[in-house]
Amino acid sequence: MKLYWLSAKEIRDKILAREVKAEEVLSEVFERIEDVEGKINAFITLCREEAFKKAKEVDSKIANGEKVGILAGIPLAIKDNISTKGIKTTCGSKMLYNYVPPYNATVVEKLLAEDAIIIGKTNMDEFAMGTTTETSYFGPTRNPWDISTVPGGSSGGSAAAVASGEAFLALGSDTGGSIRCPASFCGVVGLKPTYGLVSRYGLIAYANSFEQIGPIARNVYDCALLLSVIAGWDWRDSTSIQVENIDYTSKLSSKIGEVKVGIVREMVSEGVDEAVLKNFYNYVSKLENLNIPCEEVSIPTIKYVVPVYYLIAMSEASSNLARFDGVRYGYSLNIEGETLDWDKFYSKTRGSGFGAEVKRRIILGTYALSAGYYDKFFLKSLKALTLIRKGFDEAFKKFDILISPTMPIPPFKLGEKIDDPLSLYLCDIDTIPANLTGIPAVSIPCGFYHNLPIGVQIMAPQLKEDLVLKFAVLSEDIIGLKNLKPNI
Amino acid sequence: MAEEGKVKIGLEVHCQLTSLKTKLFCSCSSDYRGKPPNTNVCPVCLGLPGSLPVLNKKAVEYAVMVALALNCKPAKMTIFARKNYFYPDLPKNFQISQYDLEGFEPLASNGYVTFTVNKKKKTVKIRRIHLEEDPGKLYHPGGLGFAPYTLIDYNRSGIALLEIVTEPDFTAPAEARSFLQKLRSTLEHLGVFDGSLEGSMRCDANVSVEGGGRVEVKNISSFKDVERALSYEVVRQRELLKKGVKVRMETRHWDEVRRITVSLRVKEEEKDYRYFMEPDLCPVTIDEDFVRRIKIQMPELPDARKERFINQYGLPEYDAEVLVADRSLADFFEDCVKIYGKPKPIANWLMGDFLQCLYSLDVSVKDCKVTPKHLAEMLSLMDDGVISIKIAKKVLWEMMKTGKPASTIIEEKGWRRISDMNVIEAVTEKIFKENEKAVKDALVDEKAINFLVGKIMEATKGMADPALTNKIVRDKLSRLKERLQLN
Repeated sequence: MKLYWLSAKEIRDKILAREVKAEEVLSEVFERIEDVEGKINAFITLCREEAFKKAKEVDSKIANGEKVGILAGIPLAIKDNISTKGIKTTCGSKMLYNYVPPYNATVVEKLLAEDAIIIGKTNMDEFAMGTTTETSYFGPTRNPWDISTVPGGSSGGSAAAVASGEAFLALGSDTGGSIRCPASFCGVVGLKPTYGLVSRYGLIAYANSFEQIGPIARNVYDCALLLSVIAGWDWRDSTSIQVENIDYTSKLSSKIGEVKVGIVREMVSEGVDEAVLKNFYNYVSKLENLNIPCEEVSIPTIKYVVPVYYLIAMSEASSNLARFDGVRYGYSLNIEGETLDWDKFYSKTRGSGFGAEVKRRIILGTYALSAGYYDKFFLKSLKALTLIRKGFDEAFKKFDILISPTMPIPPFKLGEKIDDPLSLYLCDIDTIPANLTGIPAVSIPCGFYHNLPIGVQIMAPQLKEDLVLKFAVLSEDIIGLKNLKPNI
Repeated sequence: MAEEGKVKIGLEVHCQLTSLKTKLFCSCSSDYRGKPPNTNVCPVCLGLPGSLPVLNKKAVEYAVMVALALNCKPAKMTIFARKNYFYPDLPKNFQISQYDLEGFEPLASNGYVTFTVNKKKKTVKIRRIHLEEDPGKLYHPGGLGFAPYTLIDYNRSGIALLEIVTEPDFTAPAEARSFLQKLRSTLEHLGVFDGSLEGSMRCDANVSVEGGGRVEVKNISSFKDVERALSYEVVRQRELLKKGVKVRMETRHWDEVRRITVSLRVKEEEKDYRYFMEPDLCPVTIDEDFVRRIKIQMPELPDARKERFINQYGLPEYDAEVLVADRSLADFFEDCVKIYGKPKPIANWLMGDFLQCLYSLDVSVKDCKVTPKHLAEMLSLMDDGVISIKIAKKVLWEMMKTGKPASTIIEEKGWRRISDMNVIEAVTEKIFKENEKAVKDALVDEKAINFLVGKIMEATKGMADPALTNKIVRDKLSRLKERLQLN
């Protein structure tokens, strides 16, 4: 078997055991990228030079018997909205097509400190606004299982890179499902951590209140490994939680004990595709075979999650994205000797630098915050948010774990829904609640529909990542789908 | 004034918390002045994508101190909000500020300040106090409206600003000025602010004359200008009303060069700032313990200090008032008293020649070259008869300009008073010879005596001890008289 199909843990152990050099692994990964990238388009930027430099460094450390980090020599990819010092960070937008951050995001510092090899920056929906990775300025990413199909989004590049063997691990970001959706569509494991568990410092904001950086991997263990590195309090992020660093991999093998599993009724009823339901209940019956009780639970306020999420997210986005004006960095309107007032220059730069979906969200968000609409939309959403959180708190009084399909529909064709934003927004109904409530949620593969992966979502109360991951390992075992290899 | 319709003025004052070591949301230095453009910056205050603000806790402490000093009630919990508007001095195109969003209060509210204006006490209510970040600074080469381009310096971006909003309780421009002076002295006594730094206190004002609309005047950046701008605005509005023209609600800009206000925008187009809670910062809790701790640490404030000056040093109320109006002046006074001991002469010198010198040289007490020790030495030299009061005034000027001690200046300039009898007698001899007629007159005419003394003073460049000179001249004249009578 090719090295790039090994798990992250396996490849690291081989490197540590000096069975293979980090540099060799990296060469093979770049060969793989050359082979498939033309079809997938998972990356916006590849950093071959820096990667080989780091790989050699790791190799020499190992050769000299020096201590190395727990991600030693593992090639991994980073979503292009996470700031990397000296490496272009575009957010999939023309607006930042040439932006090179002068600093590293906290998570990047942590990865480098653990001797990970950053191979490149992955494609994404522009400013993480999308469910398909089709809104990227750098062209769409394609699903490794069927290149006529979308990989999901917005972290489509990260999920597709991991799924197709272009990277062992990847970081994504999840604001309303942007890790879990592409994980589900690409047949990999993706986790959105508890809000505040992972530092957002350096993550280019779309909707600050909801987003988290999280790991994407080909199996639950690798996902836990990457989470262990990136999690933890950071003074630079005032919303980060003061928790001790945890090695989540060490928790995976312990006994899970008795767990009560709730099936969220509103996530398996109306609008859910039959193939998705079939796979989901197949999984449920496997759980029941293990004598794990699964019971339906209703959280009626779920019907509000889509409007509440989009109103707040768009409002925050309208403010977050105001800084892109062409003055200090990034794309700037070429005025060629012409004199323009600053406000005209701003509008023209923003008008031509942002894509349609981003502009739509900025405009809607601006409206929602405007005088006369603030009470009607923004404030009302905040109030509804409280109700939704209450609903989940109630459910978690009775259940340790909540499960649902990750996406209500299987992966679909490129171009199929891109002109119908509302139907795309509705696809997020099952993933959004974890963002609104700040709870951890993981998507793991649970079946196929016409050779296209379908995922299941596992949720638990805040900071119960250990439980989520333990339950995910158990589920991975009974489902029997891990380290999947699409035929590409 | 009353016939012309009442004036209502409210102020919105922005003070930089200049004593903070770092900016409000990042660890860049808050000492931004005089640095090369855009060198005192980091990803946070440049608003680079992905950067996040972290609240400077000391700023909250300072703000609460100010709130208590202005008799405000601090909120139990307060939040930061984004004020959204596009402007090139704002790196994020929103300003992190505070706003009364539903369920939240400003950092502090409902206070008052009492101050003296034209020897009368006046109290003005404080509506609210909050923290916000200062924007960058724009430079328009050639002047606004003429510049072919504009340069932006972000060194100031993110400096902690305290916004203090009063109720429209002022009835005359002079009151606004006195209020600002009191405010400045209070902030300086708290040790959170240095008003001598350029641009550290700026203010906007709303002005209305009975029967007209409310006009907001922006961009007032000094004490002197507050009174100027407000007076201009009051006169302008009164003139309009006299002519029967409606005074419209609008925002006007104070042009400090032309000393006029110019219309910026009419109120109808007032901006919608789309305030909402800053999602990158947590709500700030100001619990009773925190407030209690700050109360204990509160330094002496101007009113208390004034009372102490009256009781401890026996100063008249007016003197005490003038001295505490500027913290560094009051500090200078007390330091000088410690060395020299006699409060009243010190107060006189400080309030008189000292302030005059500062004013003409346009320096602050803090930046002036004279130290309390120098002044004390000068006063002692005067007491010892080494210099006259007239020379002392000249010495003070020299001390201001050179920073040298009085004794050095006196030696260098040869300003030591001549009290050597032999020297004065020799000069007298010479003057008597050169002015025989005057000497004759002086034998019968007092006025001529003064003329001779004046001549001697002139010849010694004023250094001769006047009393001694007088005595020598009179003695010499009476000896002459005796001789004449004997002959």
